[in-house]
Amino acid sequence: MATFYQLDFEKPIVELERQIEAADNRLKAELAAAGATGEESTPINPTIATLQVELAKMRERHAAELTATYSRLTPWDTVRVARHPQRPQSREYISMICRDFAELHGDRRYGDDPAIVSGFARIGPSPGIKVMLIGHQKGKETAEKIACHFGCAHPEGYRKALLKMKLAEKFGVPIVTLVDTPGAYPGLGAEQRGQAEAIAVNMLEMSRLRTPIVSVVIGEGGSGGALGIAVADRVAMMQHSWYSVISPEGCAAILWKEANEQTNQAAARSLKLTAADNLSLGIINEIIPEPVGGAHRDQRGAATNLLGWVLARLNELSRVPMDELLQQRYERFRKMGSYLESHAEPQAN
Amino acid sequence: MTQASTEQSGRAVNENRPQRRSIPEGLWLRCASCTKMIYKRHLEASLHVCPECQFHHRISASERVKQLADPGTFQEMFAGLTPCDPLGFKDLKSYKDRLLAEQIKTGSLDAVKAGRLFIKGREAMVACLDLTFMMGSMGSVVGETVTRAVEEATASNLPLIVVSCSGGARMQESGLSLMQMAKTSAALARFDDAGGLFISVLTDPTTGGVTASFAMLGDIILAEPGALVGFAGPRVIQQTIRQELPEGFQRAEFLKKSGIVDRVVPRGQLRSEIARLIDYAGK
Ligand SMILES: [Zn+2]
Repeated sequence: MATFYQLDFEKPIVELERQIEAADNRLKAELAAAGATGEESTPINPTIATLQVELAKMRERHAAELTATYSRLTPWDTVRVARHPQRPQSREYISMICRDFAELHGDRRYGDDPAIVSGFARIGPSPGIKVMLIGHQKGKETAEKIACHFGCAHPEGYRKALLKMKLAEKFGVPIVTLVDTPGAYPGLGAEQRGQAEAIAVNMLEMSRLRTPIVSVVIGEGGSGGALGIAVADRVAMMQHSWYSVISPEGCAAILWKEANEQTNQAAARSLKLTAADNLSLGIINEIIPEPVGGAHRDQRGAATNLLGWVLARLNELSRVPMDELLQQRYERFRKMGSYLESHAEPQAN
Repeated sequence: MTQASTEQSGRAVNENRPQRRSIPEGLWLRCASCTKMIYKRHLEASLHVCPECQFHHRISASERVKQLADPGTFQEMFAGLTPCDPLGFKDLKSYKDRLLAEQIKTGSLDAVKAGRLFIKGREAMVACLDLTFMMGSMGSVVGETVTRAVEEATASNLPLIVVSCSGGARMQESGLSLMQMAKTSAALARFDDAGGLFISVLTDPTTGGVTASFAMLGDIILAEPGALVGFAGPRVIQQTIRQELPEGFQRAEFLKKSGIVDRVVPRGQLRSEIARLIDYAGK
């Protein structure tokens, strides 16, 4: 097994994984030694048999431990899984789910923000259905992370996304967006170039784009920066992603006056940011399950589930007449919120 | 985004203008900007703009409505909308307690006032955010009220004016607050399709999720002089880029220069400017 970034609650699991790897190596060595002396016809080699039994037991324990650990993640643990460096990002999903990806760059106004990746893609069984794929990209290696501002898009990124979405609308191509951002970039240039306006316009335009839109929060769904590409007909979250108005650290710093392990835990819990929470609040339609132990343990497994969901939803949406689709999209967001209403006489001043 | 907004919004607008938020009661007030003593009645008569230095003091939604409307024409709507605590949110204080304290303090149910009015004889829909209630933050009630105002303007074929001042989306309603951004923007898309005129007025301060939704979607965007308007707050930006921010950064005049705001309008001219623009663009 490759060197693995360790989350503290994963320590026993990773330790077990190391033991399994060691035992597996020993078994392989024993088998090779046995094979080299031409003893494969010998009925039982006690060393090999013992190792095989041990290994099987360890694997069983590992599976049980993994299932147990991942079934009791706290909201803050979930945030940390969502940020795992080995967790698949948009570009990895693209390479796993697309038969073809024709990347399209730039916003034609200012530049090409690498924190947003966009292009025509073919997904699903051959020849693949055509979609416009748009996602946040956080970056994997240091240089890419810096170029992408760790997934914090600038106004030109949001405008790039909108330009490609309008292109999709023009040619009747459905849109798939992958959300993975800590938030839109808070910087001087971003403000000067109208960060708030860029996000607002995206939401307004997405609400009336005449083509189906599906969105999946694959990792972090940080506030307006996430919603700026997530006004969709169907929205799902990967099982261990988060989606909220603010990051737990940001919230802790303001409401608890200090962000530390304890207040981050508390803020993450209060913000109701997990996939299950967002589902029960009616903010998302579905949760896409991840392989046991998270998408970072099995990228292909996660990609398969994501692709399955996207294909199913697009198929369903393709049969809805456009005006009805837009009406449903409007109502999807229109009904969000929770308030009481008393019907007092209108007051005049 | 609320991080940005809420952090900055609690601070004085300018470090050089101490205590601008603490205007003492009495006949005489000290201007928070120039520190000169002003006769209270004079300040009120000048719409809470300092007669000495032209500093625009922050005002409540009721005061804003009073200033904008032709006398006696404001008909409040959607006033029965009351916030609840859908998440059972608790930080150092519970959201329930916070709401109650704010309601007692302000006499308002939430941070918005909306309705129909006439401005120099032109009928319009208006929604004003209220900074005095939880920093004008947008939760379900603010989002719903603004959305209804947009829908009412669409149905009644009226120009829409929204006066913003807000710390951003309200953290205590988390994802539901966030969704108000999409909800209000979607309603404005329909208003736009119907050919409605939306004048967005930005006042000090407007940040976070309010800026990044309806406040930036005006057909025409006006700002009061000196108003701080941004997506992220100055402190968050400073922490991110680790350098001094330029003089006047994120102020109304700076935004005009950046191409984000159409006009910077002193409070005393707001009514006539709105009326003038309605005559150009309204139906
Ligand atoms: Zn003064």
